[in-house]
Amino acid sequence: MSENTAIAVHGLTKHFDEVEAVRGVSFEVAPGEVFGFLGPNGAGKTTTINMLCTLAKPTAGWATVAGHDVVTERGDVRRHIGLVFQDPTLDGYLTAAQNLKLHAELYGVQSDLVEPRMQQVMTMVGLWERKDSPVATFSGGMRRRLEIARGLMHSPRVLFLDEPTIGLDPQTRRSIWSYIRQLKEQEEITIFMTTHYMDEAEWCDRIAIMDHGEIVALDAPETLKAAVGTDRVMIQTEDDEAAIAALAERFGIEAGMAEGAVTFGVPAGEEFVPRLFAELPVRIQSVNVSRPTLDDVFMSYTGTTIRDAEEDQSKHRNRVMMQMMSGARR
Amino acid sequence: MSTTTERSTAAAEATPGPPIVRVSVPKRNLASELRAIRIVWRRELIRFRADRLRMATSLIQPLLFLFVLGSGLQGLASAGTHGVQLKTFIYPGILCIAVMFTAMFSAASIVWDREFGFLREMMVAPIRRSSIVIGKCLGGATVASIQGVVVICLAGLVHVPYDPLLILGIFGLQLLLAFSITAFGVMVAVRIKQMQSFMGVMQMIVMPMFFISGALFPASGLPGWLTVLNRIDPLTYAVDPMRRLVFNHLTISPAARHALDPGVTWWGWHVPSVLEAGVIVALGLTMLAIAIWEFSTTE
Repeated sequence: MSENTAIAVHGLTKHFDEVEAVRGVSFEVAPGEVFGFLGPNGAGKTTTINMLCTLAKPTAGWATVAGHDVVTERGDVRRHIGLVFQDPTLDGYLTAAQNLKLHAELYGVQSDLVEPRMQQVMTMVGLWERKDSPVATFSGGMRRRLEIARGLMHSPRVLFLDEPTIGLDPQTRRSIWSYIRQLKEQEEITIFMTTHYMDEAEWCDRIAIMDHGEIVALDAPETLKAAVGTDRVMIQTEDDEAAIAALAERFGIEAGMAEGAVTFGVPAGEEFVPRLFAELPVRIQSVNVSRPTLDDVFMSYTGTTIRDAEEDQSKHRNRVMMQMMSGARR
Repeated sequence: MSTTTERSTAAAEATPGPPIVRVSVPKRNLASELRAIRIVWRRELIRFRADRLRMATSLIQPLLFLFVLGSGLQGLASAGTHGVQLKTFIYPGILCIAVMFTAMFSAASIVWDREFGFLREMMVAPIRRSSIVIGKCLGGATVASIQGVVVICLAGLVHVPYDPLLILGIFGLQLLLAFSITAFGVMVAVRIKQMQSFMGVMQMIVMPMFFISGALFPASGLPGWLTVLNRIDPLTYAVDPMRRLVFNHLTISPAARHALDPGVTWWGWHVPSVLEAGVIVALGLTMLAIAIWEFSTTE
């Protein structure tokens, strides 16, 4: 059994009929790493995770998880992975403890260790006191925490978290991240997660930015940000088009519209602002200068912010839906 | 693969909370598959116990048939029943339908599980898909049998004697039926993504099966088309031997026996009870096999 990589992926591809959801991605994740998949909804993150978890068969390429091939050694892969899905998968009729015991039975955990292991993982997520309450009485955040505990019941080598903090309040999101860090200290576990929250991706050791089914960048968050090299300046003006034209003409800066503001990158943002006020012929209403964030990294690779990418996509989806519906009526 | 377990206590670290317990997941073998089947089966029972309302509601319809229809139509039917009460006559059929309703509902849990996501939790576990299906079928069959036992307890109210052999025979037959119907329901449920569609399909299947089976009338002297439908209805092969068993323990005239318990014939040949039970089992196993095959081929 190879111990050098927790996950190895080569040319992994998935087609759904005509749609290429994942287009030949390759990467490796080292044991003990927290590896993040970042990208807008529909970028192919969940499809990739599903292939790695043996829930979907790749159209082409291969992948190994914990040293086992995800197609030919499905059973062995499953023994070594824990999963927390985007959508809840708990049985609301059962109590928290019953859900975890059921999981342990399905995975064949040694009977005498089920109880102590359960106590450990439930204490970690702060739910040990509620172990005998039916899951139906739990809030969304409690359920997600319980799912994380359940995913850990069988001491997996790799834990997959698909958007673990989506739809949760900031406090719960923070506590989920503290569990993930705690886990890293306590157990030799590799964490593979997807997120579309830029600020969360900063917690990862390395991140892969995914867009339209491809990995466009892969490195440590700091390295990625450093590579951008510029601060982001966002200005609101009376005439955005004129401002963009003037920026190109006078400063040689290529600016674009993002989230309703004229946006561009310059090496030293604060020092640039006085020049901007002095020389730009358009009246400026507000200025915002920020150090490069993962948003900027995303933007520098894809030419759009993650929020705009998602809006575009939902617009596109709506359009497709409308076409389908009007087509059906005809 | 070693199944040894280290139990390391993080004594040096000041982290509060219980000690860290490491477990390992063994390679799959028969014992672990059986353990998985058992837990899937037990989950059905736990859920059934938690849902007493379902237990009550799935009994209402059969009891309506038995006591309201049975008493109400008594006057009309008395000319043809040779002194046997209509309630007594339809009792085996009602028992079957009570079992059938519950079995179908249990099978529906696969659709619920899919809708509420729990099915995924079982699908990614390192177990065979067949273990999930078998566990579900056994669970549904057990729950349906519990319902059957409730109806068996009511036998005295419709003048069916509490004879140990009779009760045992009826119990055995309804057990087989419960299993086969659950397998049938699971086979249908595996392919259906939404509860509403499943309910629709069930309505379409359950009521015709009930009416055609001869639960409410003797399966002889029917029009040709109905005879054909009756013989291919699996429920027929549960109702008929059960009714014969009941009639064996009643003191009635040969004329009544002949009219009310004509038995099932294949091209004029009387099908013995044992073979009828065999038909139920064979159908159940076939549908179980189909359900497993279907479930294993879904991603």
